[in-house]
Amino acid sequence: MYKILVKKELAPSVQLFELSAPRIARKAQPGQFVIVRLNEEGERVPLTIADFDRAKGTVTIIFQEVGASTKAMGLLNEGDALLDVVGPLGKPTHIENFGTVVCIGGGIGIAPVYPIARGLKQAGNKVISIIGARSKDILILEDEMKAVSDQLLVTTDDGSKGQQGFVTDQLKQLIDAGVNIALVVAIGPVIMMRSVAEVTRPYAIETVVSLNPIMVDGTGMCGGCRVQVGAESKFACVDGPEFDAHQVDFAGLMARQKMYLPQEKHHQQHCSDQQGGSCKCHSH
Amino acid sequence: MSFSLTKHKMPEQDPQVRAKNFNEVTLGYSAEDALNEAKRCLNCKHAPCRQGCPVQVNIPAFIKQIKEGDAGAAIATIKEVNSLPAVCGRVCPQEEQCEKYCVLAKKGEAVGIGRLERYAADRAGNNVQAIRPVAYPDKGQKVAVIGSGPAGLTAAGDLAKLGYKVTVFEALHAPGGVLVYGIPEFRLPKDAVVKAEIDNLRKIGVEIIVNAVAGKTFTIDELMEEEGYQAVFIATGAGLPYFMGIPGENLNGVYAANEFLTRCNLMKAYKFPACGTPIHVGKRVAVVGGGNVAMDAARTALRLGADHAYIVYRRSEAELPARQEEVHHAKEEGIEFQLLTNPVAILGNEQGWVRALQCVRMELGEPDASGRRRPVEVKGSEFELEVDTAVIAIGQGPNPLVQSTTKGLETNKKGNIIADPETGATSKAGVFAGGDIVTGAATVILAMGAGKKAAAAIDQYLTAKRTGQTE
Ligand SMILES: Cc1cc2nc3c(=O)[nH]c(=O)nc-3n(C[C@H](O)[C@H](O)[C@H](O)COP(=O)(O)OP(=O)(O)OC[C@H]3O[C@@H](n4cnc5c(N)ncnc54)[C@H](O)[C@@H]3O)c2cc1C
Ligand SMILES: Cc1cc2nc3c(=O)[nH]c(=O)nc-3n(C[C@H](O)[C@H](O)[C@H](O)COP(=O)(O)OP(=O)(O)OC[C@H]3O[C@@H](n4cnc5c(N)ncnc54)[C@H](O)[C@@H]3O)c2cc1C
Ligand code: SF4
Ligand code: SF4
Ligand code: FES
Repeated sequence: MYKILVKKELAPSVQLFELSAPRIARKAQPGQFVIVRLNEEGERVPLTIADFDRAKGTVTIIFQEVGASTKAMGLLNEGDALLDVVGPLGKPTHIENFGTVVCIGGGIGIAPVYPIARGLKQAGNKVISIIGARSKDILILEDEMKAVSDQLLVTTDDGSKGQQGFVTDQLKQLIDAGVNIALVVAIGPVIMMRSVAEVTRPYAIETVVSLNPIMVDGTGMCGGCRVQVGAESKFACVDGPEFDAHQVDFAGLMARQKMYLPQEKHHQQHCSDQQGGSCKCHSH
Repeated sequence: MSFSLTKHKMPEQDPQVRAKNFNEVTLGYSAEDALNEAKRCLNCKHAPCRQGCPVQVNIPAFIKQIKEGDAGAAIATIKEVNSLPAVCGRVCPQEEQCEKYCVLAKKGEAVGIGRLERYAADRAGNNVQAIRPVAYPDKGQKVAVIGSGPAGLTAAGDLAKLGYKVTVFEALHAPGGVLVYGIPEFRLPKDAVVKAEIDNLRKIGVEIIVNAVAGKTFTIDELMEEEGYQAVFIATGAGLPYFMGIPGENLNGVYAANEFLTRCNLMKAYKFPACGTPIHVGKRVAVVGGGNVAMDAARTALRLGADHAYIVYRRSEAELPARQEEVHHAKEEGIEFQLLTNPVAILGNEQGWVRALQCVRMELGEPDASGRRRPVEVKGSEFELEVDTAVIAIGQGPNPLVQSTTKGLETNKKGNIIADPETGATSKAGVFAGGDIVTGAATVILAMGAGKKAAAAIDQYLTAKRTGQTE
């Protein structure tokens, strides 16, 4: 069992858990993820390691309550535990001193970008971060991102905070202003990552995105997480999750993410039919 | 009683009924059936059947004990060399192993060795005495076993009995390897058979740590250098699914058999939404391949509600690598065989879902390197097989996680760990390997045999270390 030491609601439906997981904390690096399971009936849910503390033996996950599993997880409290946490999985981000790097986080994607920005900063890079959300009350980790960035730019779709518009608008402005960008790291909704790739492609700016296909084991055993990257089919859990944005087949990724949509709707219906929005299948 | 040239039948669920449930297909011999089947054995002095068994179970001896009504003694005899008889009795390809060499097979049907082995195990399993925990002398040395499939479990059991402190590290959240995530419940009951065996191991002091991925959560070198493990047995199996490399394999509705079976067996998707993991089946399912994995996937699809489940295999029936019994059961349940048929593309609809398998008919030509006649395409025979799910079951290779993170561990061209077939010793001192990770995808009994040999070799290695006779 993996105890929840700290729970914080960062924004409506966005939860942070600090979990006791010493073995994982010892090895975790920016860019890696864990797979968690709530209880004996639970599915295996991949979540990025948003932070880790080797001395305390903790890893932090930040998740958005989007479906049955994440909603059920959101009902847990400090002192409760997750049945399974496995990791750290996936390849760590390649970190070195590149020069000036731009770290882009959209929505919940700010969570995985944070440890990467911090790692790049520690390696001596000049870190310009762009974070965005639909609206200011769902913008997360602003202070944390500010602390690890030389410059922090904020956008919201509705203009309630920072510049109105998309993270890509800010990126274009940086490029137009002649900033010499060595690397862009972008994590967020697939549409956002694809737009970033399109912005940087004409300038041949190296761009890395972190993909989130549906996964089961996370160790290269099931093949369910395969994504088309250039001419090759790759397993995101072991070959990634980070890939060269200019090679990724984003349309294919989006299609595959929808594979279980009909069943998931059914499941959520099933859950909300039960009292209190939590059904038997997630009791523990 | 007159002597019979045919095996006593094992009671089975009716095909129509069982094709819709996940309960075990075969029900096992009654005491009377077992006795009568045991009486067919001639107790041959030279026991040719034994040479067909990879671990040389003393077959005439245990059958004689069944004849004498002593299932407990029979199981003790089998367990001298085979620690998972309830599993092997169910899943060994007996017709190519022990039963192939039975003298009765020359004139009629071989003795039902597998069925009797299962009978002995199931009977003794109900007998608490047989699984009484035993305290073994502590030798004070720690051994790590990576992977909890049949190879790892066997080695762990043997080493614990020899007095070593054994820890098994398993990547998934449940131990058992393919026995748990691959082979379906209707062929190998998880709670009654697999879990019972694993509980027995825990009773003799084996520690099993799940959610522990070697190469990620820790490395082999760390176990040896920092955590005090003096020997390591790597038994990580053949878990990397192969795809065909034909167009359309990334469409929605296309699965590797590993994923399809894992969702169903390990994650219990057949109980969705009571269990959280979904699975997509649809009405028409094509499974590509002809081995046990393919049969399991097709029969699982049927149980999940498919109206049509096809086996698409490029050779003929004679070459199907699956156990005969599985092919027979599959046919009874209504699996449709598209033999001498090869998929050349998977076709999708506008929404990115599979809609058909484009296939070409094959005919058998000259024998190839494997001695089997090579299938060649029949020109102009393309056709579309309409399906909404395609499961690829053409084989698995070695997962590179451990090999790529362990210093000085040699592998062959295919990525399998190179190990001495007699001892499991690898190129790295103190590190042994066995099972599918060494041989490529094989059988449960071969993996167990490898676990057994490695345990003996590890004992020798650690004894030498303990008594100061190391190189
Ligand atoms: C490497 C990786 C890192 C991730 N990191 C984070 C993170 O830090 N924070 C966060 O909020 N989310 C993260 N996700 C996505 C998260 O796993 C899904 O939101 C979650 O599984 C949804 O489960 P659910 O049952 O609540 O929703 P469901 O109702 O099951 O699904 C809602 C949507 O989530 C996606 N999804 C469903 N199951 C999976 C699955 N097993 N793997 C991936 N996506 C799935 C599908 O697109 C689906 O349409 C990550 C995914 C991956 C692969
Ligand atoms: C669907 C299917 C049906 C089959 N049917 C039959 C049959 O009827 N008869 C028969 O004899 N054989 C059958 N086989 C083959 C047989 O199951 C295998 O040969 C046998 O299980 C191999 O045993 P193993 O111990 O080498 O590996 P596995 O059983 O594959 O176990 C390996 C274990 O190691 C774990 N692991 C992998 N990597 C790591 C890591 N890095 N760290 C920690 N743990 C790790 C895996 O999760 C797994 O639990 C079948 C196989 C499949 C897939
Ligand atoms: S272990 Fe398998 S091959 Fe050996 S006797 Fe038993 S059923 Fe036959
Ligand atoms: S060869 Fe057949 S008849 Fe002879 S001992 Fe073996 S099982 Fe019995
Ligand atoms: S999640 Fe199974 S191979 Fe990647």
